[in-house]
Amino acid sequence: MGRIKLFIPLIIFVVLAAILYWGLGRDPNAMPSALISRPVPTFQLPALEQLESTEDDNLMVAEQAEILDESLFLGQVSLLNVWATWCVSCRVEHPYLMDIAETGVRIIGLNYKDEVGAAQQWLAKYGDPYAHTISDTTGGMGLDLGVFGAPETYLVDHLGVIHYKHVGVVDDRVWRTTLQPKYQQLRDALDEQKNDS
Amino acid sequence: MIAELGHFALILALCLAFTQALIPLAGTIANKPLWIGTARPLSCGQFVFVAISFACLVTVFLQDDFSVAYVANNSNSLLPSYYKVSAVWGAHEGSLLLWALILAGWTLAVALFSRALPGDMVARVLSVMGMIAVGFYLFMLLTSNPFERLLPFPPMDGKDLNPLLQDVGLIIHPPMLYMGYVGFSVAFAFAVAALLAGRMDSAWARWTRPWTNAAWSFLTVGIFLGSWWAYYELGWGGWWFWDPVENASLMPWLAGTALMHSLAVSEKRGLFRSWTLLLAILAFSLSLLGTFLVRSGVLTSVHAFATDPTRGVFILAFLGVVIGGSLLLFALRSSSLGATASFNWLSREAGLLLNNVLLVVMLAMILLGTLYPLVADVLGWGKISVGPPYFNFFFVPLGLLLVLAMGVGASLQWKRQANGSLQRLLKAPLLASPVLAVLWLMLAGWSLKIASLLGLTAALWLILFTLQDIWKKSDHSQGRSTGLGRLKPSYWGMVIAHLGIAVLAIGITLTSNYSDQRDVRLVTNERIQVAGYSFLFKGVEQVRGPNYIAQQSSFDVFTSVEGVYLKPFTTLKPEKRRYLATGNVMTEADIDGGLFRDLYVALGEPLGDRAWSVRVYVKPFIRWIWLGAFMIALGGVIAVLDKRYRKTPVNVTRGNVTQPSVDQKSAPKSALAHAKKGN
Repeated sequence: MGRIKLFIPLIIFVVLAAILYWGLGRDPNAMPSALISRPVPTFQLPALEQLESTEDDNLMVAEQAEILDESLFLGQVSLLNVWATWCVSCRVEHPYLMDIAETGVRIIGLNYKDEVGAAQQWLAKYGDPYAHTISDTTGGMGLDLGVFGAPETYLVDHLGVIHYKHVGVVDDRVWRTTLQPKYQQLRDALDEQKNDS
Repeated sequence: MIAELGHFALILALCLAFTQALIPLAGTIANKPLWIGTARPLSCGQFVFVAISFACLVTVFLQDDFSVAYVANNSNSLLPSYYKVSAVWGAHEGSLLLWALILAGWTLAVALFSRALPGDMVARVLSVMGMIAVGFYLFMLLTSNPFERLLPFPPMDGKDLNPLLQDVGLIIHPPMLYMGYVGFSVAFAFAVAALLAGRMDSAWARWTRPWTNAAWSFLTVGIFLGSWWAYYELGWGGWWFWDPVENASLMPWLAGTALMHSLAVSEKRGLFRSWTLLLAILAFSLSLLGTFLVRSGVLTSVHAFATDPTRGVFILAFLGVVIGGSLLLFALRSSSLGATASFNWLSREAGLLLNNVLLVVMLAMILLGTLYPLVADVLGWGKISVGPPYFNFFFVPLGLLLVLAMGVGASLQWKRQANGSLQRLLKAPLLASPVLAVLWLMLAGWSLKIASLLGLTAALWLILFTLQDIWKKSDHSQGRSTGLGRLKPSYWGMVIAHLGIAVLAIGITLTSNYSDQRDVRLVTNERIQVAGYSFLFKGVEQVRGPNYIAQQSSFDVFTSVEGVYLKPFTTLKPEKRRYLATGNVMTEADIDGGLFRDLYVALGEPLGDRAWSVRVYVKPFIRWIWLGAFMIALGGVIAVLDKRYRKTPVNVTRGNVTQPSVDQKSAPKSALAHAKKGN
């Protein structure tokens, strides 16, 4: 037993190295979410832009802030983007979100486990691609959604049902090959429905 | 021509490193003194050629030779010449060359300052270092040659150095960090040499300790320079971001810290031997991992690997050989080094064991948090950031425990704490530290919070224990001053480093709990009050710098005396700079620093109608963070200066030198008495 114990560090290392080797050149792709085809969980959270950052950074003047809930998603196809200022990859993703928001895509931001002041500063500095930003300082909504980490992007239809989840940075390739086709499909379906009625 | 000379010198350095890796080691196996004797001259030769190669790269940078691809990508004819020199290590290829140079430097240092060591030991150590060098030279020459030419059509001018790297702090930060990273290769080489020889005794631990301390001190300085740079340059007012790059440097530091302490036990008591070897391997492995992960950009994107598969495969193969090889050797050989001496659970050994466990758990947490996004990416779960919430959740309580354990542990005696003496030891700090913490907060007029009380109590606890220990150890029949004079530099090193930890803890506690921060919109001549200071916004004007245009604002800062604001005591001028060459906009915060508080003002965006968004911080005790870090590094340096590390021949027993003995219980009394005096 004593001898075998000494091999443990080696084994750990080999496993780690194997994972890295196996992953060389592999493309990351989307991971299914438990919530696919389910509605967005109910929530009642303040809108980020209306919060005031006070001395104690996470306290907020909640009574005065507009409260957002899941009806936010009704009537339009949207992306729900989970982001935070502590998230380096979000910084990478941000300019691209600005680009697609400009093309008319409706993006709802979920500011996840973040400081209100820092988040507002971020939007002021790098631009605000979000139609609305939900401020989830405690991470409660993130928990309900099954957020792994930031960034994550959900595709939500006009009835508030989640159709797809992308974990990680949305860049040009991800958008064009996976998200946009699905997004367009939902948009077309919605337009058709509107024309019918 | 100079580039070719550099390239050629690099190839020669590789040949010498190759010989250095083989001949001396073969000599120890075949028992040929002549072969063993080649270790030192080969090390010198290797250093000379890699130094020539490095000098050549610096020269082509200074000459603006844009036909060299690396220069064209990382320099520009307009770049000031000191930045041209620092641009040498501004990107992948050049920083590898700097790495190799520093490795050759440490190798040379070992060759020069190891006269007291047995010849075969030196030969093994230098051979192992030669092997590492071979790996780096091959990596450079095969995949990342800094001397590659862009012929026949060299560009007219270079692409310029990344503006973020155009900073004085970043000229010295990477070399310091590398001195630390690479310095751990010495401990690693000693560990592998011990495994190869199948021999590890307290003399081995004593040789390894000063090298480990020195490398660790460099690494400490490197890390805190980086943190300081982030504080004044990034304009966010933070000092630690749990960034993958920061984590990559913190991990070897934690492993190195654990190693230093475990070496103490191995030297004094002959215990934890396998564990010490494992930590030596771990510290250097993490340094290698850090270098590659950061430099290859793998941490931000695995695709950096994929875009250049040869590099990725080489790196993995190299890590596999170095880390896998040494761990295999460890698995096969370390059981033959086992020590049997026992210790009581109430002893210095147990304290150091707890220290090691805590440090390694912290290390594992960071490794997990840093690699998880990478592994997730590899496994196709997408790119994820694991943020400060995760790290703070684990690190803060573990850090608190570590500080508490440090206080008691360092005051305990080797082998076994005498019955009843623990209560005597604990009494004063246990009673005084919470009381002092409460008093401190009340006198400063800060609210009492659980977090700050815990933090301050732990820091004061550590300080009180350390002072109490000095008091006890300086007791001497010829008076206390004689007693103080008798204490060894290695003891003072420990004391200063531990007090540094306390100072650091105070800084972190007070800054994170009592910082005042305001993000406001201000118009000219408007005031804002933050934490008893009043900032008067005097407006913004355009200023021209050497290579940028700045919007420079000006703030008069007042303190109130009984509600009345008197004359401003300082004027802060934060700027927003637009660099002409690249068009990059950078925020230059202005800071009024002090031992007890920093006033920090950063200029945000213009909001129209002469209004600006402004961020104002008052950060109490933030400088204590870097002061503490500096004390920690200083402690490491002072410990290296201890004379006993330079005592000549080990085989001449001098009474207080513990010779390798399997059963420590039979060790001479004097050795134990010496051991009790501290490490």
